[in-house]
Amino acid sequence: MNGVIQDIIEEFELFEDQMDKYSHIVDMGKSLPVLEDRYKTEDYVVKGCQSKVWLHAYESDGKVVYEADSNTAITKGIVAMLVRVLSNRIPDEILAEDMQFIETIGLRSHLSSQRSNGLNSMIREMKLFAKAIKQKNEVNS
Amino acid sequence: MNSSIMANTLNVEQIRKEFPILKTEANSYPLVYLDNAATSQKPKVVINAVSNYYKEYNSNVHRAAHFLSDKATVAYENARVTIKEFINAEDAREINFVRGTTEGINLVAYSFGAAFVKPGDEIIISNIEHHSNIVPWQMLCERCDAVLKVIPVSENGEMDLSAFEQLLSDKTKLVAVQHISNALGIIHPIERIIELAHRKNAYVFIDGAQASPHIPIDVRELDCDFYAFSSHKMFGPTGIGILYGKASILEKLPPYQGGGEMIKEVTLEKTTYNDLPYKFEAGTPNIAGAVGLEAAIKFITELGHKEIMKYEHDLLLYATKELMEIEGLKIIGNATSKVPVISFIVKDIHAYDIGVLLDKQGIAVRTGHHCCQPLMNRFQIEGTCRASFAFYNTMHEVDMLKSSLQQAINILRG
Ligand SMILES: Cc1ncc(COP(=O)(O)O)c(C=O)c1O
Repeated sequence: MNGVIQDIIEEFELFEDQMDKYSHIVDMGKSLPVLEDRYKTEDYVVKGCQSKVWLHAYESDGKVVYEADSNTAITKGIVAMLVRVLSNRIPDEILAEDMQFIETIGLRSHLSSQRSNGLNSMIREMKLFAKAIKQKNEVNS
Repeated sequence: MNSSIMANTLNVEQIRKEFPILKTEANSYPLVYLDNAATSQKPKVVINAVSNYYKEYNSNVHRAAHFLSDKATVAYENARVTIKEFINAEDAREINFVRGTTEGINLVAYSFGAAFVKPGDEIIISNIEHHSNIVPWQMLCERCDAVLKVIPVSENGEMDLSAFEQLLSDKTKLVAVQHISNALGIIHPIERIIELAHRKNAYVFIDGAQASPHIPIDVRELDCDFYAFSSHKMFGPTGIGILYGKASILEKLPPYQGGGEMIKEVTLEKTTYNDLPYKFEAGTPNIAGAVGLEAAIKFITELGHKEIMKYEHDLLLYATKELMEIEGLKIIGNATSKVPVISFIVKDIHAYDIGVLLDKQGIAVRTGHHCCQPLMNRFQIEGTCRASFAFYNTMHEVDMLKSSLQQAINILRG
């Protein structure tokens, strides 16, 4: 298993209480690097989320780097966690990542159906970025 | 807690036993249901009335001469009479069963519009209306080339009556405003609005969706021309509501929908319409809903409006005082005349985050624009957190709201 995912699972195991888990999610959001304002436009909004989520990705040394932000603290925490897991990995790895850890940490069952759909939209969008970068590399090589 | 706060005649603990759903656990906490402005919970008498209808006398109304149909028809028409008395209408023919407030508004916008509104006429609404009391009027104005005017709202959420007087003109055909705000809980001075509108010979429609659960309604004393409300917000079943209209006006309106029940005689060339109220009740109505609503009205009436209002006022005062102690919290809409609804924002925190963290602690509130985007724009906010109470909520639940809110804020401020 990917080391970052292992870390996240262990972090969440420390908390019994739902509120503590959410507190940890909010904290992850706080450590998310700042997204430049020029990416906080309609073009970068992830569709299908109740909160506003902006997502942007670029390639560095064959790896995909994600940057994101949200107007709400909890969603920002969730997207920060996704960035932790998927950023700095090669497109093939990102596309193959099953994101099972979200069930393991018990987050999925605590999201409302609307939020769960929003989470799926974020993951889909992140994978689309990876796919685009992969295709671009294949064309260039 | 101050014991004088509890001095009232409603036995809330006893009342709570009548609402089975209040025993629910939500996210491992006892449910604290503070989303009553969205929809209210149902007492056993309502649930039983609906279930008994299906168990004992389910049948179509007004159509057949058999035993069950007769029973269903009598129950359905008795419900109409109970509702007529509840709002003190003159005649049961003035009580039209509809799907809810929204359908009531659309019916008036369509039928009144067709009969009365000409190009250049004006319709007046306000800046604090629910989307359902905005969009049908916009659609009407588009259809009829009429003009929509809007009463501005002050910093504390009250309609500006002097601005309203300025808006009224000989071209004003209809004024459509709410009785009580769903977003802020403010009770509007509709008596005065109706009087001013009538002086200009304009008709008045009142959106009573948030009034019927809290205060007595007397359509004759108000002298409004139309009044609509929803059963589900006043402890009755979903899918049914009432449109009251003065018989003299309803008689002049064309039907809203065509179908069975609303006709007198149909030939393939021409149809004559049935009399009031059936003219506006095309198709098989929501019979179970009507008897359920009647049970809800009897439940409210037995508790007593005076007692309900006294208790809800105490709840509002207590909740307001307690929530104001939270640092950074601001209540939107501090008018003096309110039902127990508190709409608030917390400095630097998104309402949505608060909603999620309250939910995790078993507390149901609503966050967002509350179907009042023009009002949110007026206050230049995205949305609020809204705690809306009913007579079955307790002072203890206010305490739980306060402590859970404080915990949510602590987490979000970190
Ligand atoms: C003030 C107001 N008007 C109209 C409505 C629409 O009522 P319904 O959805 O029951 O038709 C509501 C419901 O939220 C409301 O609060």
